[in-house]
Amino acid sequence: MIRRFAPEIALWIALATVPVWLDYVGGYSALGSKILIYGIAALALNLVLGFTGGLSFGHAAYFGLGAYGAGMTLKYLVPSTPLAILVGTLAGGLAATLLGPLVMRRRGIYFAMITIAIGQLFYFIAVRWNNVTGGEDGLAGFSRQPLRLGGLTYDLANETKYYYLVLLCFIIAVVILRIVLASPLGHTFVAIRENRRRAQFLGIRTDLYVWAAFAISGTVTALAGTLNALLFNFTSPQDLHWILSGNFVIMCVLGGMRKFWGPLVGVTIFVVAQDYLSSLTDNWMTAIGMLFVLIVLLFPKGILGLVARRRRDFGVALSGQRAKIERRTATIEPPPAPLKQETLKQEMK
Amino acid sequence: MQLLLFNAFNGLIQGVFYALMALGLALILSLNSVINMAHGGFLVVGAYLAYTLSPYLGFWGALIVGPICAAVLGLFVERVLIRPLYKRPDPLYTLLLTFGLALIIEDLTRTIWGAQGLPFQVPESLNSPISSVLFFITGYRVLVVAITIVVMIGLYLLLRYTRLGVRIRAGTHDLETVSALGVNIYLLRALNFGLGCLLAGLAGVLAAGILGLTPPMGSSLVMPSFVAIIVGGVGSLVGSILGGLLIGVAAGITTTYYPAASEAVIYLIMLIVLVIRPRGLLGHEGLFE
Repeated sequence: MIRRFAPEIALWIALATVPVWLDYVGGYSALGSKILIYGIAALALNLVLGFTGGLSFGHAAYFGLGAYGAGMTLKYLVPSTPLAILVGTLAGGLAATLLGPLVMRRRGIYFAMITIAIGQLFYFIAVRWNNVTGGEDGLAGFSRQPLRLGGLTYDLANETKYYYLVLLCFIIAVVILRIVLASPLGHTFVAIRENRRRAQFLGIRTDLYVWAAFAISGTVTALAGTLNALLFNFTSPQDLHWILSGNFVIMCVLGGMRKFWGPLVGVTIFVVAQDYLSSLTDNWMTAIGMLFVLIVLLFPKGILGLVARRRRDFGVALSGQRAKIERRTATIEPPPAPLKQETLKQEMK
Repeated sequence: MQLLLFNAFNGLIQGVFYALMALGLALILSLNSVINMAHGGFLVVGAYLAYTLSPYLGFWGALIVGPICAAVLGLFVERVLIRPLYKRPDPLYTLLLTFGLALIIEDLTRTIWGAQGLPFQVPESLNSPISSVLFFITGYRVLVVAITIVVMIGLYLLLRYTRLGVRIRAGTHDLETVSALGVNIYLLRALNFGLGCLLAGLAGVLAAGILGLTPPMGSSLVMPSFVAIIVGGVGSLVGSILGGLLIGVAAGITTTYYPAASEAVIYLIMLIVLVIRPRGLLGHEGLFE
């Protein structure tokens, strides 16, 4: 029991004490917050990507909508941090919910293309709607306001204090995603990923479930976006760009799409690598591109996938009999291929 | 009125580039099952190599050699990086791989040729307007349209009447059967990928004469090309040409009335088409669904 939960407990302790040890390993508070924020976004994306099997390549749109929603609320409406977070999250969530029906029937390549293109729509609105969004220069001129509850004030301007707000949101996001995945809803998502047609035959209206996954995922991603805008007191069209969407996807793949915590591992490595590389060389984009290529060619299952396989192999080595069974079931392949050749040959005769 | 015509024609030229790009993308999409995010990268490579070679080969030489270089690079990439991924059915991996390639190519272009825009010289004789009323129709723009039409007819003939073309079309429907009939599908897919990159390179060289050369030109042209495919209907080559021209002209006309929306309108058209005709204008039922 303890062994099973040990990694997770260690993770939470590490996250709770980040401001204490981060400086010693060469990081800074904002980096810790950024990893958690991108972590929320990647975990949320993975609900669609890893658990429902929908190849969403446009999640930056909802991230950016959250960011702009929060920024514009603070700048034009009310100077209230919680309200800004709420408005941003709802804005991104609403967009994902409304656009979901356009993508829910698609699969694979088609799904990816439509989500990419929809993301670009918001990018160009942000770039061109100068007087409201600040155009290419981005939206500035707002700052996170202290939280006031009764007589208590929590000053968010302090990076460490803001980190704990981000951590709180991270916990909320993780709890939501965990509840979804543990519920029959989440099991249906996985069933759709594994075999969409069979799920349909079972009477599941797969379209609606893909829509639900997309909407939940978009909303949580928007939450991450709002926090990102508040972290830098700034947001720009780059937060909506398809390169960010691609980065989210590679973070999920790098960590391991089939594991709940995979995306967080991917985010940590990716964000730290990006931070380090951009200080090292002007050609950091090439380095990131190489990283993409190498991950795809060498680690398609991600780091946690690799760890899990090691562990399984180790367990298998202990009980030889089980290994044989596993290997035998693993090598069974679908049979229908030769049949087609036969009929063709007959037709040709 | 003249302004409208001017913008509509500008849009048509843009649409021609979108259509050329979309055609190559659609070929690669249907036979190789790859969303080629690096398609813009091949366009940039074709354009910049044509720019570098044009002092030695002249404009016409560069116009031919540039796209061929892009195609050769495409063949190389297909052989080394994409072929190992065919056995993984999930399109996610090729998408991410070509995404990474797009970043690499754009960044290296910036390092080699610089971030500033470069002018691509077209022959003097092509630069003069054809008539004084329609001052925007220069010889070069007519040439762009003419070359594109010739290429499209050529592609049609290739796909319709040659053995290679028939195999490509058959492969998009049922690659397994084509393979069972003794066709080397690895070679087929490689050639198809090269053909797609050739079209991208051609679009690049032609676009360079009008838009000039900048490293991000590839990524700014590749996104509307995706939209062109979606609007036209995935799986239909004629559809992608139609989609490309349609969104190009629509963007051009919008520029006349409300310039700020000229890019967003492309994506709005896509949304409208997806609502009314979920499979695109000429899309077939059941493909990639």
